[in-house]
Amino acid sequence: MEENKRRVQLSGNEAVATALRQINPDVFPAFPITPSTEIPQYFSNYVANGLVDTEFIPVESEHSSMSAAIGASAAGARSLTATSSCGLALMWEELHVAASNRLPLALALVCRALSGPININCDHSDSMGARDCGWIQIYAEDNQEAYDNMVQAFRISEHADVRLPIMICQDGFITSHAVMDMELLPDKAVKDFVGEYEPERYLLNENGTMALGPYAITDYYMEARRAQAQGILNAKKVILDVARDFEKISGRKYGLFEEYRMEDAEFAMVLIGSAAGTAKDAVDKMRESGKKVGLIKIRVFRPFPAEELAAALSKVRGIAIMDRSESFSGNGGPIGGELTQALYHARCKAFTVNYMYGLGGRDLQVIHVEEIFEELMALAATDDPKNSVSYRYVGLRDVADPDHKQISYLCKPENSEQA
Amino acid sequence: MIEIRWHGRGGQGAKTAALLLAEVAFKIGKNAQGFPEYGPERMGAPITAYDRISDTPIRVHSNIYDPDYVVVVDESLIDSIDVTAGLKEDGAIIVNSPRDKAEVEAQIRAKGYNGRVYTIDARHISIHTLGRYFPNSPMLAAVVKVSGFIDENVFLENMEASYKHKFAKKPEVIAGNMEALRMALRELK
Amino acid sequence: MDKKTTEAQKLHVKCAWQDLTEGLTITDAANSVEFETGLWTTVKPTFHPEKCKQCLLCAPACPDSCIPVKDCKRGEFDLAHCKGCGICVASCPFGAITMEVDA
Repeated sequence: MEENKRRVQLSGNEAVATALRQINPDVFPAFPITPSTEIPQYFSNYVANGLVDTEFIPVESEHSSMSAAIGASAAGARSLTATSSCGLALMWEELHVAASNRLPLALALVCRALSGPININCDHSDSMGARDCGWIQIYAEDNQEAYDNMVQAFRISEHADVRLPIMICQDGFITSHAVMDMELLPDKAVKDFVGEYEPERYLLNENGTMALGPYAITDYYMEARRAQAQGILNAKKVILDVARDFEKISGRKYGLFEEYRMEDAEFAMVLIGSAAGTAKDAVDKMRESGKKVGLIKIRVFRPFPAEELAAALSKVRGIAIMDRSESFSGNGGPIGGELTQALYHARCKAFTVNYMYGLGGRDLQVIHVEEIFEELMALAATDDPKNSVSYRYVGLRDVADPDHKQISYLCKPENSEQA
Repeated sequence: MIEIRWHGRGGQGAKTAALLLAEVAFKIGKNAQGFPEYGPERMGAPITAYDRISDTPIRVHSNIYDPDYVVVVDESLIDSIDVTAGLKEDGAIIVNSPRDKAEVEAQIRAKGYNGRVYTIDARHISIHTLGRYFPNSPMLAAVVKVSGFIDENVFLENMEASYKHKFAKKPEVIAGNMEALRMALRELK
Repeated sequence: MDKKTTEAQKLHVKCAWQDLTEGLTITDAANSVEFETGLWTTVKPTFHPEKCKQCLLCAPACPDSCIPVKDCKRGEFDLAHCKGCGICVASCPFGAITMEVDA
């Protein structure tokens, strides 16, 4: 009997675990950390119940889980692990090892704030902290996307033009622990889509030898880094090709980013992750009252779709660039920095404001998004560069504004901004 | 869209009840979202959980600030938490309490809420039907009855199927849970 | 020596980034013979055949396989890969190997 697509209600964690069950990877080393713990937890049930024949390895730290995943990938196995926050931070050294050795593997990341103060809730300081480790990074708005991205992960990571590790990110608690209705693909469809892993070079190849993890002196290092960069550069096309194939089995369309009501938008918001869903409701509401607003949800942050984003934003007057992680650069967040660079190169004259929101799980509501748009319009109307530089904190408690009259505050050396 | 906010303490099952409610809504063809909001990770700490139930797809990912219904699983929270915050006047609050309804109602009125107030003695129902204190099933039945988004019989049929699946290895608890639901539907005040 | 170009031989300081192997992995076995690494040392072992009893304790002790063995007898050192560690000297019970300063 042919299996059908199934509507189900799952948490984001169970959705990703289900994708992994359908993929049936070879090796899954794991160490628990909130809020990603449920992924290996569900998966270990699948192992115990014989639904997968994966080698599940409980290890003693995230440094070890990533090391074991790397070892397994080098040996020729399809491997992955899952983590959050400080767990990802502990993997930092290994993240570079995985990427520089061009080892395909996946990491199911459930985004959570980094210490300190200690906080278990969602922001992107873990994933953004690891943005320069050579990994592909794909983000999800909801449970469906987390599942869909996981199904596509290995096809991208293992592609001969790419061969780089891939991080499939979703928002801690907001999607990982929320049950939502979504659609599962039939097991066989996922199995056929992902295919068998047939590595060309691997340590356990009985017909060949291989030395991995070289020392490279100055004479080679730059060439080696440039060669590695080629994998990331190639990834854009591969991600789109895989998305096209995925659309054929799922009916769901994915790109490097999603444009929402951007056709004639004069003001746009650019953001990543679950807040995009909330912002879409705000955009609809503002559209009803005749305001020409739209949004772009970045799905692929690594490789960064710089030219494509600049083209999509070429006609807008103002852009609110939303960051959910502090860079402590004194100059805004990572999306703010990278997107304004892209806009500059494209000679885009849009008025940009970089907003810091949602740190440590701080809620972003529909009303906040509307207020941010209103503020953006007002700031853009001044056309004064001083209203564009640096970045602003959303929903901050500030001594100058005990009644919260203002939606955001400029980050600057002086204590506060007059309300 | 119906929005529901649950107040309980860690370990009491408010989160599980919220997820169960979303599942019930999903099973009858609604779009539903159920999610917890965690504070300190310890037993007994106040936790909040939420449900959104809608006929159209749900995209919003924020917490709920203007709920249609509030469910208080642990009535000791009424004094320490603003349980009626943002609660719509044409909505309702359901409190798990063995006290007289008038007394609970007065306590809620004193907080400035003028909408409907319901009480349910989930402890009594749970002990009577299950022999132990699991407030989930009675509270779930109460919120279904008050919100009326699903026919009671359809609800009971769906829950029976759910329990049969969930308790496949302990079928002896299915009858007790079903009785807890029926008793709660009858005893909601 | 086989004349085919091995992956290891392709890696040299003048090769462009496009010519590097992926992740700088090397898939040819036993490619050390292609690289003379004996120039790094300042001392070298000297073999004194007159004292040698051909016990062959030295040959397996050498970390760089610099002591060739043929027909159950060791021959002269292959200094192209010797790092001058002196383990062979310590392994010889007969004083048939000494370390000399490389002139």
